[in-house]
Amino acid sequence: MIDIIVFSLIGIGVLFALLRIIIGPSTFDRVVGLDTINIIITALIVFLAYYFKSTLYLDIALVYGILSFLETIIFARFLEGQQ
Amino acid sequence: MSIIGNVLMIIGSVFLAIGGFGVFRMPDVFNRIQAGTKATTLGAFSLLLGVGFHHPEWFLKIGLIIVFIAVTNPIGSSVLARAAYKKGAYQYKKEQVVQTRKGDE
Repeated sequence: MIDIIVFSLIGIGVLFALLRIIIGPSTFDRVVGLDTINIIITALIVFLAYYFKSTLYLDIALVYGILSFLETIIFARFLEGQQ
Repeated sequence: MSIIGNVLMIIGSVFLAIGGFGVFRMPDVFNRIQAGTKATTLGAFSLLLGVGFHHPEWFLKIGLIIVFIAVTNPIGSSVLARAAYKKGAYQYKKEQVVQTRKGDE
């Protein structure tokens, strides 16, 4: 029961952030939507660890968090340096 | 213990949905950064703590992920906001409401 509630609420959040990525007027809006989706998916992977009862997903969530942080920083520095 | 975990997970997923909807709804880049970072940070903390209440032996790794999110998420949002401000992104200004009284013309 709780799986259905959590998965559907997370799906609603990802859907609206994805709509922002599609219709976003500027590049910054798209990067903000991508950052939001990354945080939501980091939480979702930890929930998958609970759902499948496996410890392996926690390591995947940690590595995904590190890579999404680097992605946001690199996008921001690239957009800032572009004249 | 299990009931606390379920309640925390539902609260966390509600906050994640609100964060995604805030990114869709807000009129401005800076408002979108605000809505998309704070609400999802709280939602991720709550969801991770809920999973940790279900499995107390995972608490070390979950605490590590929580500390990592708490450190990196504000850094990313502030770097993004600085880049948007330097590039002169569009800033939303609310129109001023002019209030007139009856005898005032």
